[in-house]
Amino acid sequence: MSEMASDQESEGEVHPLVVESRPLPKATVLASLIEPFDDAAWELSFGQDVVVLPRAQLRDFAAAAKAAGFEMCVDVTAVDHHRARRERFELVVNLVSQRHGMRLRIRLIIPADDPTVPSLVSIYPGTNFFEREVFDMFGISFDDHPDMTRILMPDDWQGHPLRKDFGVGSVPVQFKESHQVT
Amino acid sequence: MVDERTERGTTELWVSGTEEPDWLVAGTDEGAQLMQKEETVERTIEQRGTRVIDDFVIDDSIDSDERMVVNMGPQHPSTHGVLRLHLELEGEIVRKVKPIIGYLHTGMEKTAEELTFLQGPTNVTRMDYLAPLHNELVFSLAVEKLLGIEMPPRAQAIRILMTELNRISSHLVAAATNGLDIGAISMMFYGVREREMILAFLEKVTGLRMNHNFIRPGGVAADLPDGWQDDIAGILDRMPEALVEYDQMLRYNHIWRGRTVDVAILTEQEALAYGITGPTLRATGCEWDLRKSEPYSGIEQYEFDIVTASNGDAYDRYRVRMDEIAQSLRIIEQVANTMPLGDYKADDAKVVPPPRKRIDESMEALIHHFKIYTEGFKVPEGETYVAIESPRGELGCYLVSDGGSKPLRMHIRAPSFANLQALPIMMVDSMLADTIAAIASIDPVMGDVDR
Amino acid sequence: MARLTTPPNLLTMTLGGAVRWAQTRSMWPATFGLACCAIEMMSTGAAHNDIARFGMEVFRASPRQADLMIVAGRVSQKMAPVLRQVYDQMADPKWVISMGACASSGGMFNNYALVQGVDHVVPVDVYIPGCPPGPQSLIHGILTLQDQIVDGALAR
Repeated sequence: MSEMASDQESEGEVHPLVVESRPLPKATVLASLIEPFDDAAWELSFGQDVVVLPRAQLRDFAAAAKAAGFEMCVDVTAVDHHRARRERFELVVNLVSQRHGMRLRIRLIIPADDPTVPSLVSIYPGTNFFEREVFDMFGISFDDHPDMTRILMPDDWQGHPLRKDFGVGSVPVQFKESHQVT
Repeated sequence: MVDERTERGTTELWVSGTEEPDWLVAGTDEGAQLMQKEETVERTIEQRGTRVIDDFVIDDSIDSDERMVVNMGPQHPSTHGVLRLHLELEGEIVRKVKPIIGYLHTGMEKTAEELTFLQGPTNVTRMDYLAPLHNELVFSLAVEKLLGIEMPPRAQAIRILMTELNRISSHLVAAATNGLDIGAISMMFYGVREREMILAFLEKVTGLRMNHNFIRPGGVAADLPDGWQDDIAGILDRMPEALVEYDQMLRYNHIWRGRTVDVAILTEQEALAYGITGPTLRATGCEWDLRKSEPYSGIEQYEFDIVTASNGDAYDRYRVRMDEIAQSLRIIEQVANTMPLGDYKADDAKVVPPPRKRIDESMEALIHHFKIYTEGFKVPEGETYVAIESPRGELGCYLVSDGGSKPLRMHIRAPSFANLQALPIMMVDSMLADTIAAIASIDPVMGDVDR
Repeated sequence: MARLTTPPNLLTMTLGGAVRWAQTRSMWPATFGLACCAIEMMSTGAAHNDIARFGMEVFRASPRQADLMIVAGRVSQKMAPVLRQVYDQMADPKWVISMGACASSGGMFNNYALVQGVDHVVPVDVYIPGCPPGPQSLIHGILTLQDQIVDGALAR
């Protein structure tokens, strides 16, 4: 996805006078939501609407989405593209609009050297646990989160388990001598 | 509220600033007296349990020294597993709740990255162990979406049949443990009795009572056994009677209503803001069921209604679950009557292993079989999110493939995980004893929360 | 296996034998339900597979009143200290049943989060295989434990 975004930018630099018309979704709700955000790139992934955003705009976009009728944020998660991409992490936010019967997925590219994202808790309070889970599992911290602590692992745990450079942590299977039950 | 109490013939209430009547002083210890001096009429009513308010404003004027912190769990019989609650109490009123989770964290999302797509259902089925078939279904649907394969009608019908049966058994456990927690232990025996009947059918079809690994990418593991119609007919015969029994026992029971009506109220706005789905959302009056709004596996062909309630309290959540059992029975009856003939697996040799008979005859079939079970099939690059309606709410699977035979990332959006966030909202400023009713009413499964 | 369904002969038994027999007949389990196996443990306690037949229907929430800990489910790294504490709080004599593959060996989850077998944390007397073991398996495990106690193999 990062490649696609950079392609668009470079084309824009080469032809500064030609206004590149971005692909926009057919649904007017989505189109009018995405249009004001110049850096937002819309794409279809297996028939699902996906918006790729720069991370600074996440909170503005989420506020606009909530105003446009996306009442629920059902999921926040992350993906680690270790060694496959230079900008390693990807944050994925799933929004649902019951009014329009729509789903929208927001994806953010997050570099490895500065894994911070603005928190959505002030807009969608339900993202509280999900953001803590992402912090726990990936080490992506959320600015202005009310309680940025580990949620699943013990507090004194070292490392972030779902990162690709964190091993599975399997121990070799050992079979012990057991006494026979008659 | 004051008028209401005097009408009922109780003694007049003590108002702060006036002289304390005897009934207030007698029988209370020193600490409680101090606390009551700062009480208003409103709060006295709340403390006496006549009314539970649901505004989640925490009164910060009270010194934190007067608050008692109680840790409930993780090893507590009423926490549905290993949930730990950090409760801040003033007297018997809960002012703040913080759920502390992770005591059952199993690292399944990490394990999923080590398993092939065909082995994936083995892993996800152990997440929400009361609705294992839903977990398998959502994972399989996500893989099939990436693969772009269509299921034959019989496979879809079997999936709907099994998941709806699973919904009934899950709701029965929810009602059983709800009863057990509040003290209606008979419900425990009644609920498990009918659940055993459904589990017997699931065991007959899948070979296991739980953790079936039955729904797999590319279809289901096996066809329905001979005589399945009789078993379904038996379940359809028995369950309506059982529902009447449950209703007689709990729905119109004064004690049950006293423990659950107006307890742990959640409004629709709060539920939407906190991403709460499933019966907990529908009990607030919101008509949102993914089986209707985003139908999966051909469930749109069957007739059923979305069950809603209006009050959003623990009683309504119980009622919604019980009524959903009746709706699931409707679906099961229609599926059983219109079960299509045909194949129970997709017609795609790259994904679906060949039938056992072919392995003896054909070298290619043997190679295919070996390759699929050792190396696994390759799934094209891409990412997708698929959601279905599990007994607890929206169960989603976010699946990213890098073109290999193992997922790059498999994330399950667990309904219990989000629903647990409702607990602090619904519990604030209510009685300590209602905590148990509130936990049971949102029916969290800790395996689903912690994964 | 020798299953002692009738009380031992009053004239010929030893005092130790009588104590051991008495210990098995009202063995109260602690509720230590963790995961999927806890649901099967509940079904074992409920109507269909009535565990009251063995004098064990009284699941005690307090470890002080329990004799037997059925570790039903996977034990995470976060839960292991809690489990050990509950075990330490139980009064002697006490026994532990490790129910299911996850509690016995980590099961299919050989990863960072799980303790690979509850016997790393507490001593286990009986392991029950299965994922999850059905109520019949659990009852068989309990009867095995009772037999071993009566035989003196696990007497405390």
